[in-house]
Amino acid sequence: MSDGGIGASVRRKEDARFLTGRGTYTDDINRPGQLYAYILRSPHAHAEIGSVDTSKAKKAPGVVAVFTGTDIAADNVGGLPCGWGVKSKDGSPMIEPPHPVLAQGRVRHVGDPVAAVIAETREQAKDAAEQIAIAYKTLPAVIEATDAIKSGKPQIWDAAKGNVCFDWHIGDPAAVDAAFKKAAHVTKIDIVNNRLVPNAMEPRSAIGEYDRGTGEHTLYTTSQNPHVIRLLMGAFVLHLPEHKLRVVAPDVGGGFGSKIYHYAEEALVTWASAKVGKPIKWTADRSESFISDAQGRDHVTHAELALDKDGKFLGLRVSTVANLGAYLSTFAPAIPTYLYATLLAGTYTTPVIYCEVKAVFTNTVPVDAYRGAGRPEATYVVERIVEMAAHEMKIDPTELRRRNFIPKDAYPYQTPVALQYDSGDYFSTLDMATKAADYAGFAKRREDSAKHGKLRGIGIATYIEACGIAPSAVAGALGARAGLYECAEVRVHPTGSVTVFTGTHSHGQGHETTFAQVIADKLGVPVENVDVVHGDTSKIPFGMGTYGSRSIAVGGSALIKAIDKIVTKGKKIAAHLLEASEADIEFKDGKFTVVGTDKSKAFGEIAFAAYVPHNYPIETVEPGLDETAFYDPKNFTFPSGAHIAEVEVDKETGTVQLMKFTAADDFGRIINPLVVEGQVHGGLVQGIGQALYENAVYDGSSGQLVTGSYMDYCMPRADNLPNFSVGTHTTLCTHNPLGVKGCGEAGAIGAPAAVMNAVVNALAPLGIKDLAMPATPERVWRALQGQKAAH
Amino acid sequence: MATTVSMTVNGKTVSGSVEPRTLLVQFLRETLGLTGTHVGCDTSQCGACVVHVDGNSVKSCTMLAVQAEGAQVTTIEGLAKGDELHPMQAAFREHHGLQCGFCTPGMVMSAVDLAHKVKNPSEDQIRHWLEGNLCRCTGYHNIVKAIKAGATAMQGGK
Repeated sequence: MSDGGIGASVRRKEDARFLTGRGTYTDDINRPGQLYAYILRSPHAHAEIGSVDTSKAKKAPGVVAVFTGTDIAADNVGGLPCGWGVKSKDGSPMIEPPHPVLAQGRVRHVGDPVAAVIAETREQAKDAAEQIAIAYKTLPAVIEATDAIKSGKPQIWDAAKGNVCFDWHIGDPAAVDAAFKKAAHVTKIDIVNNRLVPNAMEPRSAIGEYDRGTGEHTLYTTSQNPHVIRLLMGAFVLHLPEHKLRVVAPDVGGGFGSKIYHYAEEALVTWASAKVGKPIKWTADRSESFISDAQGRDHVTHAELALDKDGKFLGLRVSTVANLGAYLSTFAPAIPTYLYATLLAGTYTTPVIYCEVKAVFTNTVPVDAYRGAGRPEATYVVERIVEMAAHEMKIDPTELRRRNFIPKDAYPYQTPVALQYDSGDYFSTLDMATKAADYAGFAKRREDSAKHGKLRGIGIATYIEACGIAPSAVAGALGARAGLYECAEVRVHPTGSVTVFTGTHSHGQGHETTFAQVIADKLGVPVENVDVVHGDTSKIPFGMGTYGSRSIAVGGSALIKAIDKIVTKGKKIAAHLLEASEADIEFKDGKFTVVGTDKSKAFGEIAFAAYVPHNYPIETVEPGLDETAFYDPKNFTFPSGAHIAEVEVDKETGTVQLMKFTAADDFGRIINPLVVEGQVHGGLVQGIGQALYENAVYDGSSGQLVTGSYMDYCMPRADNLPNFSVGTHTTLCTHNPLGVKGCGEAGAIGAPAAVMNAVVNALAPLGIKDLAMPATPERVWRALQGQKAAH
Repeated sequence: MATTVSMTVNGKTVSGSVEPRTLLVQFLRETLGLTGTHVGCDTSQCGACVVHVDGNSVKSCTMLAVQAEGAQVTTIEGLAKGDELHPMQAAFREHHGLQCGFCTPGMVMSAVDLAHKVKNPSEDQIRHWLEGNLCRCTGYHNIVKAIKAGATAMQGGK
């Protein structure tokens, strides 16, 4: 292997352009003759659209066109499709309402797009939009999912009675009932998993362009999965064939799930650019992102855990109401079902589990996957109830967890909720975390904090996640309307340098470096001689993109398959050049060698021979050295770990200060430790943000997003946080060629429960047993005063 | 009502026609094509647009282009000397202080200003200084490390 191979903390190749201001994000791109779109959005949460008068706006300076829902409908533009279908308990399909690109007849959340103004400048488009007169007839709105299912509430879709999209379940309720009858102890908890706004730092942006000469449409967009956008927009919305539609997702400034989905603005600029014959750019203001990017979480859950007298878990019963918002976002139905309830076994041997989920429409921004996507919600339920049970049964929380962990020799382990874990070692990660966090020394630190009037608490969360989504047949059986394989092309150039084309997408993860490291390791080509290309449907054969920590697990496996094909072909060429049998050629350290001899050919020599085939087995081997592979995963991967948070609470102000955070994770084989640590740090802060700071709050009657800017939505800042202690303990994934599991979401999955367990632990001496996230000073202070929080 | 504004950006004298409401960041990105300076919010919270104006870090979304008349402006594009990264840029790379890269130009420009104002800043000082710069990817851990190392390197230390 080369120096920059698997396991090396190679400094990132992509950094040079990002550090010097030479990145190319969508809004940095300007096309000749480009116009600008401004989207006029609904100021109401729920209203009938009466008359719409665009005549003044059309005459405003610089305005080229104004489009409304009527124009979209007249041109036969389709609605935004949902990519996952879920069936209710009774076998009936979920209610799947239309999702028009511009609202038709009714608006259903603040921010619902109503009209688009196309003008020569952004400012002209914005100014003109103020001259559009719309007669809204406001309707009562419903915001909370638990409220929306009550009788007599506003109905958002005629087809969705009681606002229910689906009423789904998993597990064996009778077996769970039987387990509870045998229980020596039952712990019950009510949980609100707060709604979050993803807030990638780069606001969404899209540029549509149409070439009348070739009939080709191009969409530049802030996407995590350009091929998925091409498929959805081409096939369902604009009815354009793939060969006439190119989707480019250039440098993308963070995604965290929010840039997976096909959004109205993408279809709008693509469609409108052909209508007006000029490129059109739209870029969101941050305020617009708050009311138009899909949001995350928003569950209300009741859970019950049955234990025997020794604290062994006998059964878990969970009932969740999940808020989907006003429309079905692309993967929304999968999140509170197959990415949530299937994770409720966690790291434990709980033998029977039953979970029912009611998914509900409300007059809010659509909810979909946000970093972790269902798995943080599941982990929060499991780890809060386990912590509460430990407290009630007076068993140390680490001890209770150890008594119930899946034994090290029990893999593959079949859970009662569909998943089969291939590998893991929860004992070792918990040991690592407790040592690194000095768990044993906590009592002393608590006393020290008490001396200066502070309440100190410690909290543990162990977690399992299901990543590398997913075997296509399994996903299909569960309702996915797409395959979930990945594609890689390895193009070896004549002088031996390599370009990798991957269907995954990097928007911060560092694939340009880590995928190059895999090439360096397997082909012996130095990292600097490898370029990794992603994000352009005209360059990459195909791809499903990046989400669910799948890039290395699925995309990396496709890469290995393509590398294997290169090596196989290289052996044939080498055998010819070395006048040996193909079976006697081995490839190692960048050289093809005749086994047991010093006869060899360097990788570069083979590449050259492939492109200049003068002395070449041309009858049996094609010239060139360029291979493509698709890989369909055999199972999910199961990263796991233990996180420990330590907090200090100020009794006077209710302020929670995070003092320490320790993470011990199992990600399988690690390609680049520096990059992995960075992924963990970032995930942790999103999880800590959920626990302590972030909350999407809607006004209950008007449906306005009260936390609609960085003035009101509390993003974690550098001075809120300590340094982190992160470490890894490796068990390899058993079913993919690299043994990798994925690391992108772990931090956000483990941290909320760890932090909230610590906060509750700090408050426990005062008789406080539970508190809802986020533990803001106001909430903690009210709890300390024995009052109920306002929100 | 267009008006003409002139200033020095990254050592070059530039001028252009702007509206009174044109923000400095719009002038940099749209008129001059210096797209390294980013816009991440509309309430002057995120700091992706930080540049130096007359030697001080400034959120270029919070200043009108006309207010920068005659000023010396440095953007992220003007920080490196040719192909050689500025010590702060190099420290961000070495310590993996960036992921998606969107907040990075503002972070680096802000960090350079801190290092000019406070020699060898402590971790607390760095974290406090960054309250006007949001990052959603890194959790700040490696940014803080990078700034500490970068500030030391700017003193000539390693």
